[in-house]
Amino acid sequence: MNPQQQRVVSVIVNGREYTGTVPTRKTLADFLRQDLRLTGTHVGCEHGVCGACTVLLDGQPVRACLLLAVQAHGARLETVEGLAAADGTLHPLQQAFQQCHALQCGFCTPGLLMTLKAFLQENPAPTAEEVREAIAGHLCRCTGYLHIIAAALQAAAQLRGERA
Amino acid sequence: MKPPRFDYYDPHSLDEALALLARYGPEAKVLAGGQSLMPLLNMRLVAPAALVDLNRLPDLAYVRVTPAGLALGALARQRQVERAEAVVQGWPLLAAALRYVGYPQIRTRGTVGGSLAHADPAAELPAVMLALEARLVLSSQRGRRTLPAAAFFLAPLTTALAPDELLCEVQLPPLPPRTGHSFQEVSRVWGAFALVGAAALVTLDDAGRCQQARLALTGVGPVPQRASAVEAALAGEPLDAERLRQAAALVEQDLNPESDVHASAAYRRHLARVLAQRTLQAAWRRAQEAQKA
Amino acid sequence: MSHRYIGASVVRREDPRLLTGRGRFVDDLELPGMLHMAVCRSPYAHARLRAVHLEAARQSEGVVAAWSYADIADISRPFPMFLSHPALKAKMYEALARDVVRYAGEPVAVVAAQDRYLAEDALQRIVVDYEPLPAVASLAQALAPGAPCVHPDVPDNVAAHFAQSVGDVAQAFAGADYVHELELRMQRGCGHPIETRAAVAQYDPFEETLTLWATIQAPHRMRRALAALLDLPPQRVRVIAPDVGGGFGPKAQLHPEYVLVALLALRLRRPVKYTEDRLEHFLATSQEREQLHRVQVAFNRDGTLVGLRDTMYIDVGAYTPAGVITPLITQTTIPGTYRLPHLHLETYVTFSNRVPMTVVRGAGRSQAVFVMNRVVDHVARTLNLDPAEVRLRNFIPREAFPYDVGLLYRDGKPMIYDSGDYTACLHKALEIFDYPAMRREQEAARRQGRYVGLGMATFVEGGGLGPYEGAVVRVEPGSGRVVVHSGAGTQGQGHETVLAQIAAEVLDVDLAQVEVRTGDTAGLAHGMGTFGSRVAVLGGNAVYVAAQQVRAKALRLAASLLQVPPEEVGWENGRAFVKREPARGYHLGELAHVADIGMGFGMAAPHPEWEPALEATHYFKAERATYASGVHLVAVEVDVETGQVRVLRYVVVDDCGRVLNPLLMRGQVLGGVCQGISEVLYEELVYDEEGQLLTGTFMDYHLPTAMEMPAVEVDHVETPSPLNPLGSKGAGESGTIPAQAALVSAIEDALAPLGVRLYEFPLGPRRLWELIQQARSA
Ligand SMILES: Cc1cc2nc3c(=O)[nH]c(=O)nc-3n(C[C@H](O)[C@H](O)[C@H](O)COP(=O)(O)OP(=O)(O)OC[C@H]3O[C@@H](n4cnc5c(N)ncnc54)[C@H](O)[C@@H]3O)c2cc1C
Ligand code: FES
Ligand code: FES
Repeated sequence: MNPQQQRVVSVIVNGREYTGTVPTRKTLADFLRQDLRLTGTHVGCEHGVCGACTVLLDGQPVRACLLLAVQAHGARLETVEGLAAADGTLHPLQQAFQQCHALQCGFCTPGLLMTLKAFLQENPAPTAEEVREAIAGHLCRCTGYLHIIAAALQAAAQLRGERA
Repeated sequence: MKPPRFDYYDPHSLDEALALLARYGPEAKVLAGGQSLMPLLNMRLVAPAALVDLNRLPDLAYVRVTPAGLALGALARQRQVERAEAVVQGWPLLAAALRYVGYPQIRTRGTVGGSLAHADPAAELPAVMLALEARLVLSSQRGRRTLPAAAFFLAPLTTALAPDELLCEVQLPPLPPRTGHSFQEVSRVWGAFALVGAAALVTLDDAGRCQQARLALTGVGPVPQRASAVEAALAGEPLDAERLRQAAALVEQDLNPESDVHASAAYRRHLARVLAQRTLQAAWRRAQEAQKA
Repeated sequence: MSHRYIGASVVRREDPRLLTGRGRFVDDLELPGMLHMAVCRSPYAHARLRAVHLEAARQSEGVVAAWSYADIADISRPFPMFLSHPALKAKMYEALARDVVRYAGEPVAVVAAQDRYLAEDALQRIVVDYEPLPAVASLAQALAPGAPCVHPDVPDNVAAHFAQSVGDVAQAFAGADYVHELELRMQRGCGHPIETRAAVAQYDPFEETLTLWATIQAPHRMRRALAALLDLPPQRVRVIAPDVGGGFGPKAQLHPEYVLVALLALRLRRPVKYTEDRLEHFLATSQEREQLHRVQVAFNRDGTLVGLRDTMYIDVGAYTPAGVITPLITQTTIPGTYRLPHLHLETYVTFSNRVPMTVVRGAGRSQAVFVMNRVVDHVARTLNLDPAEVRLRNFIPREAFPYDVGLLYRDGKPMIYDSGDYTACLHKALEIFDYPAMRREQEAARRQGRYVGLGMATFVEGGGLGPYEGAVVRVEPGSGRVVVHSGAGTQGQGHETVLAQIAAEVLDVDLAQVEVRTGDTAGLAHGMGTFGSRVAVLGGNAVYVAAQQVRAKALRLAASLLQVPPEEVGWENGRAFVKREPARGYHLGELAHVADIGMGFGMAAPHPEWEPALEATHYFKAERATYASGVHLVAVEVDVETGQVRVLRYVVVDDCGRVLNPLLMRGQVLGGVCQGISEVLYEELVYDEEGQLLTGTFMDYHLPTAMEMPAVEVDHVETPSPLNPLGSKGAGESGTIPAQAALVSAIEDALAPLGVRLYEFPLGPRRLWELIQQARSA
């Protein structure tokens, strides 16, 4: 094995450890989807614009299409598959997305959820304008965004313990 | 859209990184945040023999206030810089401009150094560095050298960096008191590269006259540009809206933009003047507030 | 009836899986031994293929096959056309270009390898010897005298020419107070679902069945085409559209890659996956929108329209996979909400060396609505009348429905508007907008030197297109679960929910008891697909009727079991019971059981009226199209120094007949508005003179983000369609169709003090600034 072209990569995804051997040129998005079979993370453009591939790397949202899998070695990743509670209870963001009809085809949704998860942790009481800016790095072709903004605000309220 | 094959290295020390660069020369590409390089790799527009990943280098992700000003390490992420208290307080122009660089998810990875080394003619940060009169520290096995930002950008996507050199640090001198700033741009959608962007700094003297004005633009030529005619017309002058407007009109003298799919040369030149005026005006207002405070 | 779902804002049942990463998109599918396909595409817009050298690619690591036309010549033939037209010189592509490539991006060779990385490595080793030919890169170029020919046997590049007339235009023009001429143009644009096209094909030699999972809108049509092209009996081809990440038109078309992936699977006897990347989507997925209209309009001093002549030029690119569907739709959508007794509509369809034009959300309607609304605004401005007033004076009145426009629509049937109340729609929108107050605000803004404008557009959307759509409604014996199969796939419109609402209401059962399966040719023998805003109308009514048949059957069965006359059997909560003795009765599941095993076995002897299987299949046939309508009202502010536009307010009032689920309806409208705004302000597909796309990434072709999307106020007027039992009309596109026209109307109004007139879109900041400069220097 040429260590410059093939590497063993260990990552913790949604609290579980995974190890795999990957070509060094493989992107993190492909590694998650193909090697770990975590297909909730989507790929829409592979040049960083659409946001469908967004995952949390050590708590921060990043584009999985613009990272190599080797670069994530040793990192803690979170993907949409880890958002709901272990017993299946949906995360307040997931609940709000359904209530507000914030998804149509659902292809952009996993990336948006991950960005919003990190965003609401940093900014638990955002304004609508702040939500807009926070999700500007996600293209959604179906919804026109307004229901997503509403869902984010509703989830924020619920996470703050207010009644939505 | 999958990257071509390359030899991947993730050196754990600066020396190791520099040795790899010396060995591969132009066949190697440095990987910092990857937010410009990875799209190019995915599109197979570049095919380096080796990728030298800086992300495992220790201690290069600093944002540090020094007696000489602010020092940013090669791995200082755009998001980290944008939110650093020292930057918000001392170099607010930089924080303001960073908000226009892509999106938070891009800035989480993207580095300030990477943006400068990439030298996109429509990028925000190169112009900001001109306005802030940044000094860039370049290292190679052959040694270290420091260049003013104005000498760093040579052509679109081309800088003074030799193939074996790393951009190691960005240094920003402190700004004088009573300085106001503004960054504004016109882009097609939020987060896109600027069609034209302007970074202005206005410093007032005790009497409220313009002690110094700095104006730098992006998107108006192969490299970012300082608008020296505008700056000269304002230095030492009392300011009002009309004078700022007249001075801003001089911006077109210094520019020779090109036409492309997004904007014609005439439109770019016009935008440069509009943004020059708007940023100078806003910077002046902030400087007045600073003076009152 | 205790379960009322039709018309309720039920949240979607597809959401939980999509929200937890358990969606089933095609690229998620992983089969053992699967190969990955990559396509070698022509870099030239027009070139002769001298030779394709594949040796090096075949040697490349991980490659199992590399083919050019020569390798598929034995089976390859031009693709079938979905809908032809007598006036059309049809030209279809084959799976790989044979000897000439006619657009940049046309498939020339194909590689199957162990993974996509290796497949792309192999692509780089393919050497193609091209002889570049002069290209036709635009509509104008196609029509220019002496232009190169896209197809040698079509020397003038005119693929089709057809016209329709109503009344006597010449006479109307002679008697009118004014006759004005306008020229209007629109540029190309694309659909850009966030999920690109993808397909997985697998051939099972045991079952002798080819299965194709594909992100498509019309599985049954795909099956028919595949079977024809691959010489397979249709019943040996199964096409499944699982979760589809947005469609917007292009995914309803038969592109070469689907056939290539199937053919590879068939011949290599291994599953093959193709996932288009975004660069390919820009190059090779069909597009729409570009048109040029030369209009003459005759009108009187009071603002009434007397007659209209429109000559329209529309470019279809290199081939005609969608025939003249879009040109026909545009042609017939021109009159819209307006009474136009004298009309002459002429259409020229041209070829160019660009990726084919098919349909994108709105499908030719936006352009027509743009033309007509610009004309009406022109009349208003000429006569110094309020644009709302001119519209009200020309609307088809409520009493006139059903209203025969006098044209033939794209379904070949007379264009008869089923129902509508255009005046009510506009009045409602003006009221929500508070039009007089907005005009006063505009005045105030103008006095401050701000450029604020108000604009509007009204539209009619012929939707619910035939010929038919089918549904199966089946009750499972024992459990009583209701399974609904629909021929129409879903790309996010929420069919799983809406169709379940219909079935649950008719059978009066809990929504949770109904399961909806869509997009699988195995579920239903025939189907058309999801396009032309047809699912709520045809698919919905098919479910409605099939569910009613199931219920009737269940009632009959119950009556014979209960040994009472059918009139004495009641139905509630999915249970049949004797009205006078409600305790005596049977649940759906029990009835399905009896329908399955027969009666007898200790019960009463089999009744002569006993019918097996508690299920029904219904193909709902569209009598004619339904015509939704509505109005968009917009307020904008233009920064005249930069040419940037900010939308201040946006009001939508539409009438899509009976609304099945208001929450989902609102979602459709908002998404549509976003796309319409975007086509004016952000998206620009620019080709150079050689036919090369210059805006081929998301860094250059801009889709709007949440920062660009304005708040939108949505309301409805309901005039149920008399053409179907649910009273529904199509709604999937009504958000997009008038948006471009309304927005441009508002921008022009904002710039009226400068004398700027706008007869085109897109209007990005550069273009708008240029037009402002021109007006200022004039
Ligand atoms: C969707 C999207 C939107 C974006 N929008 C904008 C925008 O609006 N404005 C803008 O300015 N940028 C934008 N960018 C680019 C972004 O800012 C990049 O982060 C930046 O241009 C490059 O920084 P990086 O750290 O990611 O560098 P990389 O991508 O890792 O490298 C870029 C180039 O610089 C070289 N390089 C990097 N670091 C060094 C070093 N220390 N020494 C020597 N050479 C080095 C690399 O070899 C490479 O050639 C966008 C990117 C994306 C994906
Ligand atoms: S796939 Fe990564 S941003 Fe689009
Ligand atoms: S829901 Fe389809 S792209 Fe967002």
